[in-house]
Amino acid sequence: MSALLNLSRAWSGRALVVAVPILWLGLFFALPFLVVAKISLSELAIAMPPYLPLAEWADGALNIVLNFGNYLFLLSDGLYIAAYLESLKIAAISTLFTLLIGYPMAYVIAMARPDRRNLLLMLVVLPFWTSFLLRVYAWIGFLKSNGIINNMLMALGITDAPLQLIQTDFAVYIGITYTYLPFMILPLYANLSRLDRSHLEAAADLGARPLTTFLTVTLPQSAGGIVAGCMLVFIPAVGEFVIPALLGGPDTLMIGRVLWDEFFSNRDWPVASAVAVVMLLVLIGPILLLRRAQAREEG
Amino acid sequence: MRQKFPVMTAIAVLGFVFLYAPILSLIVFSFNESRLVTVWSGFSLKWYGELFRDTQILEAAWLSLKIAGLSASLALVIGTLAAFALVRFGRFRGRMALGVMVSAPLVMPEVIVGLSLLLLFVSMEGLIGWPGGRGLLTITIAHATFGAAFVAVVIQSRLVTMEMDLEEAALDLGARPLRVFFDVTLPVIAPALVSGWLLAFTLSLDDLVIASFVSGPGASTLPMVIFSKVRLGVSPDVNALATLIIVIVSIAVTIAALHITRSNKHAAR
Repeated sequence: MSALLNLSRAWSGRALVVAVPILWLGLFFALPFLVVAKISLSELAIAMPPYLPLAEWADGALNIVLNFGNYLFLLSDGLYIAAYLESLKIAAISTLFTLLIGYPMAYVIAMARPDRRNLLLMLVVLPFWTSFLLRVYAWIGFLKSNGIINNMLMALGITDAPLQLIQTDFAVYIGITYTYLPFMILPLYANLSRLDRSHLEAAADLGARPLTTFLTVTLPQSAGGIVAGCMLVFIPAVGEFVIPALLGGPDTLMIGRVLWDEFFSNRDWPVASAVAVVMLLVLIGPILLLRRAQAREEG
Repeated sequence: MRQKFPVMTAIAVLGFVFLYAPILSLIVFSFNESRLVTVWSGFSLKWYGELFRDTQILEAAWLSLKIAGLSASLALVIGTLAAFALVRFGRFRGRMALGVMVSAPLVMPEVIVGLSLLLLFVSMEGLIGWPGGRGLLTITIAHATFGAAFVAVVIQSRLVTMEMDLEEAALDLGARPLRVFFDVTLPVIAPALVSGWLLAFTLSLDDLVIASFVSGPGASTLPMVIFSKVRLGVSPDVNALATLIIVIVSIAVTIAALHITRSNKHAAR
């Protein structure tokens, strides 16, 4: 161990090793949030860039004008609050679906013969490596009115007319569940594969039925994995843009889509920034929950 | 002892069907004669021909590959340094900040990352005149940033499980720390470096949202072109493109996985 301390002390490059990632991530990940916060407090202008500066020299004095109008606008226009609530609802329902499919998959993989586990895990991860956009696109072919699901339902005589599947909230749930499934399975698998088998055996020896053992031993022990997996799906799903844009209907109001439209269609950068700041505030709770769950899982 | 529940197994099997059915349908209908991507009318390769005559797609693919290669390499350097500092340096100033900045990009909604980076680039250009305009450079910087976070996670998990006795032995024998890093540590974590680079590469190749924000006129990446095509409706040449991507990625991932399993077995011996 002492040699290792030498490694870190004696190495003159140590400061460099720390400085490069901190400077890069500080400049291109942390600092931008301050810029967003600043621009969310400025006024829209017809200029490039389309906002007024916060601070200006006028008559030899520095004038700083903070404009909370963008936030008041978000509060007064019901559309934004509705979009935040709708995003939280859609993300929560999709996360629940992902858990209901992901937990059994993680469980079966964790309990599989060791030589099969890696293969099954690879089958879970492989779709994640192929294009996200194209996997969402594939669902258009499945869900549209003359799509694969409707063709099958009509061929089997279950329905006469095609069902409206695409451009619904339901299609968005499927899209999110489908694309985020690996993020649920991997932390759950990591947790379940560490499960203490002796507890299971003890419960069985004491006469507990498998279901009782599962509910009283396995499920509580995997709580950390469940929280981590759910947050890994929920947090990015709240701000999802591509899935509601391609699979959702015109009234599927998600906040990521609202931000996109404010920026690209209305070119209102200050309001888009205010939308982003509020979204970040909404997500701080879930992010802290995730960090705690991950710390507990690692520790 | 194994606990088996038929319901769980059934859901798991359906889960795998759910994962692969859409991908298989993409592949099957890329060989379809008809323009309809959901009704089979006969085998044809014509959409592949169409794809290779579409200069807009080819140019976008070339731009995306360049950005992915550059940004993954940058991400590999930054992410490896971050992981090394976090796992091996114990306490140091800025450790907490680095830890947060490495894990936050993994879950941060892309619209927030994209918007904030664009506003940074615009502000910096107003202040110091850099970066002049937006395109390949700004997209590469954006992708390297979130790629570094993913690389750091992959390398961290490898470094945590790595035995340190080899490094200690080399140091005890008087090797200089930098030399130990290049001669001992790097070869041991090489498989993780490969998977980290591949992950950053595919994430870059795949990104639509962040690239849309930080790109400028004239610089359209492949996902941006696909998205504008797909918004107008399904088109079979997108299926052909998807099939090519899926085949290439599957081959690359399988080779990487086999290689990593083999070198792990080798290391275990």
